[in-house]
Amino acid sequence: MTKVIDAPRRIGQAFDTDELVLNMGPQHPSTHGVLRVVLRLDGERVVDADCVIGYIHRGVEKLCENRDWTQIVLLTDRMDYVAAATSNLGYVEAVEKLMQVEVPRRARYIRTILAELQRIASHCLWLGTHAMDIGAMTVLLYSFREREFVLDLFEEYCGARLTYNSMRVGGLPLDIPTGWDKRVLAFCDVMETKLDEYEELLTNNRIWLGRTRDIGVISGEDATALGLCGPPLRGSGVSRDVRKDEPNAAYEEFEFDIPLGTRGDTYDRYLIRLEEFKQSIRILRQAVEGLPEGPVMGKVPRLIKPPAGETYHPVESPKGELGYFIVSDGRSTNPYRFRVRPPSFCNLQALNRLCKGHLVADVVALIGTIDIVLGEVDR
Amino acid sequence: MADDTNQTSEKPTPPAVSPRPKPAAGVAGRKPRPKAPPEPPKGPPDPAPPEGMEPPAYVAALQAGVAGAVSQVTYWVGDWSVIVPADRLLEVARFLRDEPGCGFDYCADVTATDWPPREQRFDVIYCLYSTLNRHRLRVKVRAAEGDPVPSVTGIWPAANWLEREVYDQFGVNIVDHPDLRRILMPDEWQGHPQRKDYPLEGPGEFLMEDPLDWLRVWKLPEEAESEIE
Amino acid sequence: MLDTFVIPLLQIAVLVNAVLVAVTFLVLMERKVMGWAQARLGPMRVGPYGILQAIVDPIKLILKEDITPAKADKWVFTLAPIMSLVPALVVFSVIPFGPDPLYYVADINVGLLFIISVTSIGVYGIILGGWSSNSKYPLLASLRASAQLISYEIAVVMTLVSVVLTAGTLNMIGIVEAQREAGLWFAFIQPVACVLVFIGGLAETNRLPFDLPEAETELTGGFHTEYSGMRWALFFLAEYANIIVISAIVALMFFGGWMRPFPNVEALSFLDLVPPWVWYCGKIFFFLYIFVWIRATFPRYRYDQLMALGWKVFIPIAIGNLVLTGIAKVVL
Repeated sequence: MTKVIDAPRRIGQAFDTDELVLNMGPQHPSTHGVLRVVLRLDGERVVDADCVIGYIHRGVEKLCENRDWTQIVLLTDRMDYVAAATSNLGYVEAVEKLMQVEVPRRARYIRTILAELQRIASHCLWLGTHAMDIGAMTVLLYSFREREFVLDLFEEYCGARLTYNSMRVGGLPLDIPTGWDKRVLAFCDVMETKLDEYEELLTNNRIWLGRTRDIGVISGEDATALGLCGPPLRGSGVSRDVRKDEPNAAYEEFEFDIPLGTRGDTYDRYLIRLEEFKQSIRILRQAVEGLPEGPVMGKVPRLIKPPAGETYHPVESPKGELGYFIVSDGRSTNPYRFRVRPPSFCNLQALNRLCKGHLVADVVALIGTIDIVLGEVDR
Repeated sequence: MADDTNQTSEKPTPPAVSPRPKPAAGVAGRKPRPKAPPEPPKGPPDPAPPEGMEPPAYVAALQAGVAGAVSQVTYWVGDWSVIVPADRLLEVARFLRDEPGCGFDYCADVTATDWPPREQRFDVIYCLYSTLNRHRLRVKVRAAEGDPVPSVTGIWPAANWLEREVYDQFGVNIVDHPDLRRILMPDEWQGHPQRKDYPLEGPGEFLMEDPLDWLRVWKLPEEAESEIE
Repeated sequence: MLDTFVIPLLQIAVLVNAVLVAVTFLVLMERKVMGWAQARLGPMRVGPYGILQAIVDPIKLILKEDITPAKADKWVFTLAPIMSLVPALVVFSVIPFGPDPLYYVADINVGLLFIISVTSIGVYGIILGGWSSNSKYPLLASLRASAQLISYEIAVVMTLVSVVLTAGTLNMIGIVEAQREAGLWFAFIQPVACVLVFIGGLAETNRLPFDLPEAETELTGGFHTEYSGMRWALFFLAEYANIIVISAIVALMFFGGWMRPFPNVEALSFLDLVPPWVWYCGKIFFFLYIFVWIRATFPRYRYDQLMALGWKVFIPIAIGNLVLTGIAKVVL
């Protein structure tokens, strides 16, 4: 690969050519929001990619430090807004860990169901936009059709379709509506057939293979060192999934596999996310069928005030390891320090490393493959 | 907003601001009155592990391997962390990554906390994880304003943006970083918004000596005076 | 007087208007077909089933503000859309919609050569438009357009030459007549050529999977990033007119043009009740549909992959096809 890059550069010196600086974003159809990438190009080949972020920095961390513990749940919705339930889950579990609260089993099961539904919805959005970036337009509308099912389920559960505010410290605000679990199962059946549709359009498509095979290859060691998480890390063959390694919610009670890639390229990351759809469906089925009876809210004081101390609690969001580092001073009703370890932010860091030597057309594919949500990157 | 105003009015030398009567703050600590919180905490509790609890092998290995670097081992709700001085950080980090028993090859997070009353006001916190041995450890470094904290980018490239964020949000003096620029805030921003004494309202970009200054800019002078009183 | 001026002028007027109207309805058809392919409805608001959308869209575009960027090369910037539309319309002058002179404007002996040369001019509009915008995305797009033109034009022309060898004429009417004499559509005699020309046509018209100069998601619209209003619409018209041109050429050269299927089989002569131009338009419509279908199905090639495909696959196949055709012509 390096030889290919070097040759034109030598020609460039001979003919006195110059690098082209191309500003991609913050308004660009495939930067998934307001990401700005300043590309230095040699012809169409990327020499350097510098990400400029912070266009929708709202200071969520600072904001949370000045809200009380219950109000923060809805602020976490606004970070990864396509996977709000997982953000909720991470936060409430972190506070529960700090308070050492026992959460009823039913609540943990329902949380798992919500988190897995959310993973399917988030991956649907990823699949659609990723395929759209590479030009396959139809996949977007297909995957949004299924995402709509999930949003309907969420709407039925908590009334909201995007920012759910669906969990509370100690449990859940409400039990599931009657018949909701049946509809989740029905959705699982539908989703399984629709996955074949996506695969038919993309998996063995020569153009899709050409556009994703060997693009943005990163080895397992590099990916770990760069702090990649979630599907991009697993795509490089590193077995790392918070659901397995540090089980939260009710994950330890279910059987599921962690798909791993071998080559660490964009195609592997695509296959892994498609496999994760299936694993999520598997978890959903087990969770719904084994849903225990009981309360959905644990014993929590009315005024939530964890004892002084600090903790870091990770959960596996659709994007990767979403960690909450929370410090309580034990006296006030708000956290002293509220820190989010945003998976999109850490994955985006690798963009420069992934892009080097590839073409402009691959940059959009790579932005798609690391699956960022700018609300979470910028916070 | 009110919290911040009151907290800072108790700072050592507030010019032209009469100090708040102490008892009020003390009483309000017990009552749930949001307007007057207790005085700001002096620092994290950093509790020692309970009696009879042995630190895990990797902490023991660290204590043995880098002699004298670990100044304190703390344990809270299942999380282990160690406090190390800033000048030994790189040594500790390299040991933690390379020692097979530790194997912390994954730097999950770098962040900081700010405790203004303390002399070394910043805690820079490295959340580490080992994808080989599947355990976690937090490393903490204390630093005063302007104290150099070495960059761990050379050990974990993942720390690059995270350290930039710590610099951007807290103004921790991170040295030997390959590309230390602001990341979330615009390049020309004044001040570091995650610090506890950063004003919550008003023209934050003009960071003022005294956070109450924004009242003087914002409101009519006499109104501001009454607010301060 | 009547024959030399009035009738040709009338023909041209009818033809140009027909093409332009066809383009607007082609856009509607594309949106509808894409909608059905993508589990949605497509335009539904204007008129029954959104049919009037085809009329409303051009009106909207005409009424839009026409912006010229301050740093653009104003003359070239204005000229570029015209340069891309005019060749697309001119090509129709030599396309016969039926056997008698009423159905075509001009019958020239080197009709195919004329078509090839004129369609090649069309790409100048894109190159100049991208260049004169004085902006980086359009610049990259115009570079891509010229590279694409070189890689595809050669393969397509060589393939067409093999068809010309089979037909023994460059005249468009002659090619159709040759198919009648052969008793077979050239699609069956030259299947490789047929596929190659169609794929090359996709590349020529910048359609997915070869829409690199446009590449909405990479180059934000490519060469027409800086265009707006009617100038943008001219590019749009040119692109869709080119799609019709390619469909017309493929239908004419490989699928018997205006002839009904099996023109030599007497038993099917009742099919002659349908006028020839209807047959021809039906065939064109079929290929337009395939164009849209492909757009709804495929991702986009990358620039270097497209070049590799053109140079390493299509040109060798085209040469091989040409040689085989020549041998067959000599031997048979």
